[in-house]
Amino acid sequence: MSIAENQPLYDAEDLKRLRAARFDRFGKWLLPVAVMIVMIWFWDRLVVWNNIPHFILPRPGLVLQTLINDWPMLFDALMVTLQITLMALAVAVIGGVGLAVLFTQSRLVEMSFYPYAVILQVTPVVSIAPLIFIYVDSRTAGLLICAWLVAFFPVLANTTLGLNSADHNLRDLFRIYGASRWQTLRYLRLPSALPYFLGGLRIAGGLALIGAVVAEYVAGTGGIGSGLAFRILEAGYRLNIPRMFAALILIAVTGVIIFAGLSFLSHMLLRKWHESAVKRET
Amino acid sequence: MQSLPLGQRPAVLDMSNVTKTFNGNVMALREMNLSVNAGDFISLRGPSGCGKSTALRLIAGLSSPSSGRITWAGGQSENDLGVVFQEPTLMPWATVAQNVWLPFRLKGKSYASVKDEILEALRLVGLEKFLDAYPRELSGGMKMRVSIARAMVTKPRLILMDEPFAALDEITRFRLNNDLLKLKAKIGCTVIFVTHSVFESVFLSDRIVVMAARPGRVIREVQVPAPYPRDEAFRTSAEYAALCRQASEALHDAMGEHV
Repeated sequence: MSIAENQPLYDAEDLKRLRAARFDRFGKWLLPVAVMIVMIWFWDRLVVWNNIPHFILPRPGLVLQTLINDWPMLFDALMVTLQITLMALAVAVIGGVGLAVLFTQSRLVEMSFYPYAVILQVTPVVSIAPLIFIYVDSRTAGLLICAWLVAFFPVLANTTLGLNSADHNLRDLFRIYGASRWQTLRYLRLPSALPYFLGGLRIAGGLALIGAVVAEYVAGTGGIGSGLAFRILEAGYRLNIPRMFAALILIAVTGVIIFAGLSFLSHMLLRKWHESAVKRET
Repeated sequence: MQSLPLGQRPAVLDMSNVTKTFNGNVMALREMNLSVNAGDFISLRGPSGCGKSTALRLIAGLSSPSSGRITWAGGQSENDLGVVFQEPTLMPWATVAQNVWLPFRLKGKSYASVKDEILEALRLVGLEKFLDAYPRELSGGMKMRVSIARAMVTKPRLILMDEPFAALDEITRFRLNNDLLKLKAKIGCTVIFVTHSVFESVFLSDRIVVMAARPGRVIREVQVPAPYPRDEAFRTSAEYAALCRQASEALHDAMGEHV
């Protein structure tokens, strides 16, 4: 009797759910970390057991050492790549959203230009990049164009879908109240498109990085102001395998950080009202 | 604000011989005549495909009649209509207060300048404590109340309601029926209400327009002579049961004649 009055009563199902929730909370972080530790250990043992020379496969410790020793050079390269990536992403957002708005405002523009947006998207950037670097003098501008080409389509496609998915009853309501085109865009279509846009943005973030890296491979000029991709190429020519790994790790970590950052942005913007950001009891 | 008796009310809207066809051959509505007077609570009732929703869309100006005329007494104005759909149709990204602000906002009015009206409308539907809540935090019935508040906040000449309570459970539906009548008594609005339910139409309205399908058309108009205010006591009264039976029979007769 008194127990039931003083403390919450959990039945077996509640306890099971609580245990599962607790496990989820820690497991989400612990399990991948455990997998990583095991993999690194296994990598290390593989090299030692088989006497693999470091210019074929370096031990993880050596990669870490290289990352620290080469940090000034790698960090500069990272900044170059990151700069191109973020600029491309920014232009992709402006271009993608701008085009999407234009498409939804004018059927004529959409019918005329949508096929070309698709063609730009499906043509592999590696195949266009050499041409771009012939016609564009500035290396930065060339890289930017390549990264933009890859990144803008998801923003365009998702935002267009979002702008067109505004609730049809709400659209009728706006018509009944005599809303102008601009009001309908501002108060109805753009907010409806926000979750779709943010989904596209997350994809575009990763693609902008890929675009920047691929373009650097193609551009390939060395010296000061080279990005991570060029450092990987250069290290490859010199059989400096540890540095290749170090640069690779930096690129991967950068990709993860971009994705996490954009996911966080998405969560902050949608948490108050959108289903995707709402936590539910199951 | 009590409505004048039927027959003494000034005209609001007149539909004469309104016909709507789609693609030249599907007749959604045939020669509908309806005069709406200030203070009327009119129910449109009939089976699916009888043109109820078409009639509402025509009145709302969302489509135009193929033939016939819809005339607003004294001409059309900026503030003719409020609409409540079958779904609450709220903007999920906006708070309750912002949703109710919408009709004003689209007319270029700032929130501050219409704050009193918004608060009053929300008070009338009993949601004055939920100004800053988002729609997903509300129950189905509460969302519908917000939708009603939005429709009436500008005090429009006519409020159209397209099966607004169809998706709600019965208790909530009864409560909203009661509240809608109280609301109507307070602000004296004119309502056209689409519903499938005999009981709902008898409880709410003073005129029931019975429609039939294929082609959609009006086959009869029934008056509900019971005086307002009608409340929960009326719902359980013998009078209400008798009126429901009459309305039901009228519907059956009408269907029998025309099916």
